[in-house]
Amino acid sequence: MKLITAIIKPFKLDDVREALSEIGVQGITVTEVKGFGRQKGHTELYRGAEYVVDFLPKVKVEVAVTDELTDQAIEAISKSANTGKIGDGKIFVLNLEQVVRIRTGETGADAV
Amino acid sequence: MRSEKIIRLITMGMALTMPALSWAEEAAPAAVLDTGNTAWMLTSTAFVLMMTIPGLALFYAGMVRSKNVLSVMMQCFAITCLVTVLWTMYLYSLVFSDGGSMQSYIGGMSKAFLAGVTKEALFPPYTVPETVFSMFQLTFAIITPALIVGGFAERMKFSAVLWFTALWVTLVYAPVAHWVWGGGWLGAMGALDFAGGTVVHINAGVAGFIACLMIGPRIGHGRTAMPPHSLVLTMIGASLLWVGWFGFNAGSAVAADGAAGMAMLVTQVASSVAALVWMLCEWMNHGKPTTLGIASGAVAGLVAITPASGFVGPIGALAIGAAAGLACFLAAAKLKKIFGYDDALDVFGVHAVGGILGAILTAVFVDVSFGGMGLKEGVTMGHQLWVQVVSVGATLAYGVIVSFILLKVIDIVIGLRVDEEQEREGLDIVLHDERGYDL
Repeated sequence: MKLITAIIKPFKLDDVREALSEIGVQGITVTEVKGFGRQKGHTELYRGAEYVVDFLPKVKVEVAVTDELTDQAIEAISKSANTGKIGDGKIFVLNLEQVVRIRTGETGADAV
Repeated sequence: MRSEKIIRLITMGMALTMPALSWAEEAAPAAVLDTGNTAWMLTSTAFVLMMTIPGLALFYAGMVRSKNVLSVMMQCFAITCLVTVLWTMYLYSLVFSDGGSMQSYIGGMSKAFLAGVTKEALFPPYTVPETVFSMFQLTFAIITPALIVGGFAERMKFSAVLWFTALWVTLVYAPVAHWVWGGGWLGAMGALDFAGGTVVHINAGVAGFIACLMIGPRIGHGRTAMPPHSLVLTMIGASLLWVGWFGFNAGSAVAADGAAGMAMLVTQVASSVAALVWMLCEWMNHGKPTTLGIASGAVAGLVAITPASGFVGPIGALAIGAAAGLACFLAAAKLKKIFGYDDALDVFGVHAVGGILGAILTAVFVDVSFGGMGLKEGVTMGHQLWVQVVSVGATLAYGVIVSFILLKVIDIVIGLRVDEEQEREGLDIVLHDERGYDL
């Protein structure tokens, strides 16, 4: 099992959700985060004091998938979150050691 | 009602037959209550109170970081309450009663605990009840120390704020207000300050400046970004200040008449011009117009027109507004950067600079050639300018010295500033055990 973490542009969230849904990924966790890679920030001005704001709002998407679905999930996210412009984000794939469904107690691939 | 009519007739009869009250050198005409004026002054009082709570409270609160939002509001609210009590006890008396041999510098205690301020009492030559006049003046005494909060925001102890407020209104506000409005030497000299350019704005601006220098900059100032946490609050506050200012300036006519109308007019014009000028300055300087800029500009215009509001006409308002927009923009955006002082909410840049500018320009634009009310008989513009300079200088000098001493004493006795850890965590939690937002 794998935990796929993707940092994407906030307005792409709906597209990513739909794309994952289409390949059969049902569960998803979304967090609002701030960050930057190569994308430059912007300046803000308050009464003559200029601030360079590096951190840009992003959305972190986390999905747990079985090994078989991993490549499809990566492709689904990649395609739907892509704009071609700097700041599109990154996908991280981590090994998932255990998954438990709290309501039923199911574990492993059944719980994903 | 018949009984009302009878009372009115008797009062009028008394007013006409009783000898006029003697007030300083002049015999003032026996005043008669005017319901129109009284209605307006009741309203003005409410407007000016609204300027502090919540106008100024919101204006400032939005500009600080969210961890300190309540501290600012608490200070404004507490200052309102504290000054009200002190006003009742002795401040009103110090400003507006006869100080006998000291009358040039301070009033006496004959009106302590508002003695003589009965339901029926008038305050000659005004035609409104003394209760109303007293409360109207109170709202000015409230907003002045509340303005100073801007100089030490986000790092001063609440107890120190209370002590400083109590001592400052007693030792600085009361004397200066007495000098200008209470029969003291500046008024006698012919200084023109219609609604408080010196008494309120220069006073507060310079006290705030001294406070910010003595308390020191906020931790991280210059290196860490400390943008306003909610310009939404600031804009609402600025709007309430603007609307409330009609009570401040037009109310200073203590009458519902043409003078009040003109004061309102010039207030509106000056603030609008100043707002646009600041906005344009930013647009050219930085590339974009900002909401904080336009709001600050409006306040700067309001400050500058304050001393002039009873003396100038529309042309004067345009000129004063434009000058204030530019001067205060430079003071807040440039001067602060050059010298590096942490005047967190620009009390000096807006109130001191705006107040000084307005006070000086009053002498120019009062002239009939600019549509003003005209210099007094026999007074030249040069002389009036000199008088204005003296009043500005005296207020500055006295304010600086006494504020400095007060802050020094308070610092020694209880300490002005919270410690580093408290400042980092935020005043709301540390001083008030509260959070402004629980999102």
